[in-house]
Amino acid sequence: MAVHLQTELEILKKDLLKLGGKVEEIVGEAVLAVKKLDGELAKKVIEKDHEIDLKEVDVEEQCLKVLALHQPVAVDLRFIVSAMKINNDLERVGDLAVNIAERALFLSGQPQISIPFDFDTMVEKTRNMLKKSLDSLVQMDAQLADQVCHEDQLVDDIHRKMYAKVYREIRKAPEHTETLIHYLSISKHLERVADYATNISEDVIYMIEGAIVRHNPEIFYSVSDSDESSKPE
Amino acid sequence: MSETKTNLDYVLKIKDFSFYYGSKKAVKNVNMNVRKGNVTAVIGPSGCGKSTLLRSINRMNDFVMGSKMVGSILFENNEVVGSKVDVVNLRRRVGMVFQKPNPFPKSIYNNIVWGPKINGMKIDFDELVETSLKKAALWNEVKDRLHDSALALSGGQQQRLCIARAIAMSPAVILMDEPCSALDPKATGAIEQLITELRDTYTIVIVTHNMQQASRISDETAFFYEGELIEFGSTKEMFTNPYKKQTEDYITGRFG
Repeated sequence: MAVHLQTELEILKKDLLKLGGKVEEIVGEAVLAVKKLDGELAKKVIEKDHEIDLKEVDVEEQCLKVLALHQPVAVDLRFIVSAMKINNDLERVGDLAVNIAERALFLSGQPQISIPFDFDTMVEKTRNMLKKSLDSLVQMDAQLADQVCHEDQLVDDIHRKMYAKVYREIRKAPEHTETLIHYLSISKHLERVADYATNISEDVIYMIEGAIVRHNPEIFYSVSDSDESSKPE
Repeated sequence: MSETKTNLDYVLKIKDFSFYYGSKKAVKNVNMNVRKGNVTAVIGPSGCGKSTLLRSINRMNDFVMGSKMVGSILFENNEVVGSKVDVVNLRRRVGMVFQKPNPFPKSIYNNIVWGPKINGMKIDFDELVETSLKKAALWNEVKDRLHDSALALSGGQQQRLCIARAIAMSPAVILMDEPCSALDPKATGAIEQLITELRDTYTIVIVTHNMQQASRISDETAFFYEGELIEFGSTKEMFTNPYKKQTEDYITGRFG
């Protein structure tokens, strides 16, 4: 029975990572569509989300099957519970990629203005967090997951600054208000992607350590305190 | 599975207890306290000493040739280990239910009243039969045939009769040695529900090979391996995040 369970868990992990890969891919394409104002690419992202939705249902069914047939306990139980939550979070990140792509689609039909915030840094930080959260899952690395949780603050700060910038730009050039609001919304979506990467990392920590660090960062967030580069500015 | 109670009243205090079969040390320096009114599950692979420990609590190993108990088991603060112990009296207070149902080849009624009668209890036996069978959730099924042979009952009913028989003596502790291993899932469900209903009134210590059963019904779980108590604590904790790697490997089926 244990061998059957381990085989099922391996398959589940692979499928969850496949889903993670797809989600990373469409987030990358969505931000590229914004950067290049590429409406066609944006449409592709919107279409691809359907695949992610189907995969999410598939992973959830696998989790339910393992729960029903194997009644896992301890580390296996924590894995399944975390997998179900990560699965859900990844699907939501896919939806956010679609939201970003929809903004890109709108912006591609508008007169071009310079992006009113440090888009590249925000994209890089956010994508890096998402990647690291999935890497921490692959490698079962709680410290890496912990780093991601720290980094969320950086993305939150960029978004806050972005809000102030957009506010100033609108006052300066009210004719671009709609475009600027779309950019603000993109920033918000990226900030949410970073939040989901944090959630995924918290679930990875639970999976490995058995501690629920959500809402209670001091439980585990001390691990990478020595790593200055990962500290919030 | 329920939350561990905060009741600190220990009915059994096992201290540095070891059990030898000849020169083989089957239970090794075990320390554990059993809370009053709790269901405590004892798990571990075959030969890990869990049944030996359980049977030591009411001195069921006394007739095993060459066996020896060392250390201390306090039941209600009275020593169980040693030659001065009144074993008959101990067993009145510490009942036992075995793996295979073992009703006496007598009527259902007489199975219940046998112990109290030979102990000279002066009580209303009809009432004792009714309350014991009710507590064991068997009354409705047998009330019209109390004088039929107990051997005519199904395995699950026989096991509940054995529990009723133990209850009839008003024990403080009921020891159960794999009480469901010879039963089908339905009868197992009935016994598990019964155990849940009996907690609070009685302290139950149950040896089981069925991990899911331990997780479903117990407040605390003790994991034994090769005679040693590896981990002992809240069942919820043990089945979600055990402290020791060895426990995790065993309950997740990675070894054992």
